[in-house]
Amino acid sequence: MKEAVEPITELKLEGITKRFPGILACNNVAMEVRRGEVLALVGENGAGKSTLMNILAGLYQPDAGTITLNGKAVHFRDPNDAYARGIGMVHQNFMLVPNMTVIENVALGLKQHHHFMNLDLKAVKQRILEVSAHHELPVNPDAYIWQLSVGEQQRVELIKTLCFGARLLILDEPTSALTPQETDDLIDRLKRMSAELSIIFISHKLNEVKTLSNRVAILRHGAVVFNGLTVNHTTSELAALMTGREVVLPHNEGMGGGGAVILSARDLKVRGDRGHLALDGLDLELHAGEILGLAGVSGNGQRELAEAISGLRPVESGKVELLDRDMTNRTPSAMIHAGLGYIPEDRHHEGIVPSFTVKENLVLKDFSTRRFSTWCMLKLKEIARNAEFLKERYDIRCSSTSAAGGSLSGGNIQKVILARELAREPKALVAVYPTRGVDMGAQEFIHSQLLARRRAGGGILLISEELEEIMNLSDRIAVIYKGRILKILPSLEATRERLGLLMAGVSDE
Amino acid sequence: MNSGGMLYNILSLGVPFSVALMLASLGEMFNQRAGVFNLGCEGIMCMGAFLAFLPSFYLKAGPLVPYANLIGFIIAMAAGILLGLLFALVTVTFRADQGIAGIGLQLFGWGVAGVLFRHFVGGVTSLDGVAAWPVPGLSRIPYLGGILFNHTPMAYIAFMLVPASWYLLYKTAWGLKVRAVGTAPRAADSMGINVNRVRYQALMVGGAMAGLGGAYLTLCQARMFADDLVAGRGFIAVALVYFGRWSPVGIMGGALLFSFAQTLQLSIQVGGIKFPYEFAVMLPYVLVIIVLSLARKARMRGPAQLGIPFNREMRY
Amino acid sequence: MNKFKLAYSTGVVLLAVFCAMAVGAIVIKAVGASPMLTYLTIVTGPVQDLFGVTEVLVRAVPLILVALGIAISFRSGIINIGAEGQILMGILAATATALALPGLPKIVLLPLVLLAGAIGGGLWAGIAGVLRAKLGVNEILSTVMLNYIAAQFYTFLLRGPMIDPGELETGSGTPQSLRLPENAWLGRLIPETRLHMGLVLALVLAVAVYFLLWRTTWGLRLRAAGAEAKAARYAGISVDRSLIVAMLFAGAFAGLAGAVEVTGVHHRAIEGISSGYGFAGIVVALFGGLHPAGIVPAAVFFGLLLVGADMTQRTAGVPANMILVLQGVIILAIVSAKMYLNNAYAQERVAKFFARFKAPSVEPMKPGGQS
Repeated sequence: MKEAVEPITELKLEGITKRFPGILACNNVAMEVRRGEVLALVGENGAGKSTLMNILAGLYQPDAGTITLNGKAVHFRDPNDAYARGIGMVHQNFMLVPNMTVIENVALGLKQHHHFMNLDLKAVKQRILEVSAHHELPVNPDAYIWQLSVGEQQRVELIKTLCFGARLLILDEPTSALTPQETDDLIDRLKRMSAELSIIFISHKLNEVKTLSNRVAILRHGAVVFNGLTVNHTTSELAALMTGREVVLPHNEGMGGGGAVILSARDLKVRGDRGHLALDGLDLELHAGEILGLAGVSGNGQRELAEAISGLRPVESGKVELLDRDMTNRTPSAMIHAGLGYIPEDRHHEGIVPSFTVKENLVLKDFSTRRFSTWCMLKLKEIARNAEFLKERYDIRCSSTSAAGGSLSGGNIQKVILARELAREPKALVAVYPTRGVDMGAQEFIHSQLLARRRAGGGILLISEELEEIMNLSDRIAVIYKGRILKILPSLEATRERLGLLMAGVSDE
Repeated sequence: MNSGGMLYNILSLGVPFSVALMLASLGEMFNQRAGVFNLGCEGIMCMGAFLAFLPSFYLKAGPLVPYANLIGFIIAMAAGILLGLLFALVTVTFRADQGIAGIGLQLFGWGVAGVLFRHFVGGVTSLDGVAAWPVPGLSRIPYLGGILFNHTPMAYIAFMLVPASWYLLYKTAWGLKVRAVGTAPRAADSMGINVNRVRYQALMVGGAMAGLGGAYLTLCQARMFADDLVAGRGFIAVALVYFGRWSPVGIMGGALLFSFAQTLQLSIQVGGIKFPYEFAVMLPYVLVIIVLSLARKARMRGPAQLGIPFNREMRY
Repeated sequence: MNKFKLAYSTGVVLLAVFCAMAVGAIVIKAVGASPMLTYLTIVTGPVQDLFGVTEVLVRAVPLILVALGIAISFRSGIINIGAEGQILMGILAATATALALPGLPKIVLLPLVLLAGAIGGGLWAGIAGVLRAKLGVNEILSTVMLNYIAAQFYTFLLRGPMIDPGELETGSGTPQSLRLPENAWLGRLIPETRLHMGLVLALVLAVAVYFLLWRTTWGLRLRAAGAEAKAARYAGISVDRSLIVAMLFAGAFAGLAGAVEVTGVHHRAIEGISSGYGFAGIVVALFGGLHPAGIVPAAVFFGLLLVGADMTQRTAGVPANMILVLQGVIILAIVSAKMYLNNAYAQERVAKFFARFKAPSVEPMKPGGQS
């Protein structure tokens, strides 16, 4: 990367349009950022925010439109060009090489083409320390990335972009993986940095937008629907602009549960992918007719818990019981037949087979039952009928049930998975990040379906990184920290601050 | 034959036998570190072996005769680079399945070498090839001298390529890029590194070394060419990269291990121990399977994106 | 599939084949032959007479069988390159069975012999399947190694324990087994030719494979495991079991191909019997889109190529192993084309490009101009 020569006084986007097959991601977008400004880019999931910023960062090429920097038109063919002009981006999924040190990661971006043999790590280290001191971002340059926590990795990302000479920082959902305390910390830092740099940050969390930004631009379905000063609008006004209507997410009045224990985990010890103990003596009980929310910073064992319960990950010691039967280390198939439903984290690779039709995906767990097959021959008519029924009932938007599952939008794929799971009327349902990346309309639908299941007597273990979602929907909230349940509270007693402290491991005993 | 003599034979033969494997495998290491595995290595070795053979076969008179072998090595490397480029086009630009594409390249290389051989040469002919060059002084060390210092110059170069590869991979900017591109191509891309270009470069280096390995087989080891000369060494070279944990020293160790197994088999036969010929020939291939079966943990430490094409516009 | 998509797909496949032929032409030129003459010979030579046509079909039979097995394995997510070795093991099993039980009536012996071939090939492939499922061993490498091992084992048996005692007596030492008893021969379909009942068997099996993969629960499991292994696991499908079953099927089909060759064509086990059907079968499977409806015509086409390639040695002076070059290049072309085939993005781009040439419905066209 070459150092940017001039500071950015003004950045203008005009008429930016970008298409992907079947989707108009950006529709004639115009906005501007001035020096020292913090612009919040807001919109539902799928509104086109990330795509727009990726264009600005040089990763995508716009199909139409211009970018003007300090009055001159510029064209970014790749991130090098963007950085040369002082635009740097911190992505939602960190762009770091895990088995290299901080120095090596930064060095990757600081080498020119012709410095083929040259690798001056000392100079890179020097630069890192300079930037770190100047912006008060402490970091250990010799640490390997995999050794760092999420918050520390984010700091490395910030330092990296600053080392490359960024004068305009783009941050994509910077607080999605942080605890409430780390979030406050980051917002303070960004406020301080905005004295020198311009910042665009993408978020769908309106309270952060209010705290940090000067101006707000709202995207809906790829088009700018609003552009103005943050101070002039309330969060509910912004929310309405984001979705285009009044959306009130369904709310659980609490006081559910009290039914029989349908699912329990006792003293579970489970190993993670890297051989460490992801679950270290975890105890949990899920009752019929309740939603148990599991709050925690991602990486504290949520995934491993969901997998252990479903039979997808071996349990080293401890017990998993479903309906009073010991189901520890049984196969996923056994768990499914015993009445466990599972909405997985990665809808594209774990929830559906993208190349299978919607029809086939809807019977993915039931095709060998007598309803859908006789003597191993599939009953195609019944499968089709089932698909049509579920498509209606669950409002799945697709051209036909013979369309490939992977061609649906994220929200609709989630509805397919939801339809499949709920149609089986599971006694216990594990839902992992069920509304991640899904637009508000689909979110409302999914939430109401989950509440309906709860009313019908099912128990739901809701694992989510959105505290609001957990607080909204759960009867009780359990906080997971380093592989153990730190505390379980009734949701009426849970506040953002209290949960935040627990999520960071600060027990309030 | 006393066992001391047999051990000496195994070791002194095993060292030069390992060179072709080691060269191809070092090249494949660069490929895999960048995230691409090239099973066509076998086909590239076939082409390299044949092309290295040609100059010596044709140049019987004229000023270029003393350089025939050198020319052979050079065109073998050039062919390797071209085939590496072809493979890069298919797997990096067209993002084809690397395993199947590799088999396609292997059939192609093997086929072309065979066709050209049948047409231009016809039958199996032997060559003088490259003479052994004992290192002055060092080769006279009793026992070790014969094992380590009495080989063709190409063998010495090959062993020197081991530390050279290590340096290239870990101490240069290019090596840093290669390692980043194989583990976290998205991160590298976001920092302005052209992921596809680095992969192309790695595949060209890999191809060159595979071609060189094939040339070694013809000019320094067998001193002739036949359709089945390479006999699966290219595949073994790919397997060796897993075995050597993607590190030059590990690969060298693996190559030596394999050739010692082969020379052991030869010694057993010569030594008159009753062992069916075909079973002895099977040995290296069985060894590969055993080695791969035991390498389970290793795969965890391999380049994370090995085998997965890079697509910046992929939305998931 | 709407009309444009069909045209687009066909266009891509044709372009791939054209590129393959172009590269092949370069090699043919290099040996001083005429590409046009060579390709012409390959495509028209074999079909000059009835015998030629039946020869093409004789080649097609093992290709269909091997390709069906490979289609099952590829669709299940496991890449079987070991058909060469599995064919050999099938031949050995079939020959041994036939020679061991010559007294049985044909109606019992023949199916038994074919079954033995299938089992032989299936078990050989099963080794690679188990290694992949339980130990994560890359199946391409393991099946390739198993090919080399099988080849050595085959030679060993044919030169040793299974050699025709007659060869030892006459001292000619050709590595081949005893002739199979006539009870183990597949009947001829057309007299005076080598075309045998194996063709019928292959076609029946092609239909069966279609049913298996798309109409049964087993097939759904296999396809799910191959398309998205994670989702399959989450749905309760045992991916490990699917991988092993798929390899067993693939090997069984290859072994059966070997048994069919031995009982239908050669009537004894000889060297060089598999003559590259294992690799050609992979190309046929890919070319046929991994679907029985595509595999059968693709196999006939490749049978044509194989017979034609034999002829080119005489007529065009191109060595017969040119076929390997063509196979390799076709594989490369097809897997490259795949990126464009199912790619909605590329399809849209092409559609946009061609839309420019469509006459606008309202405005009159400017003379010689485009919009």
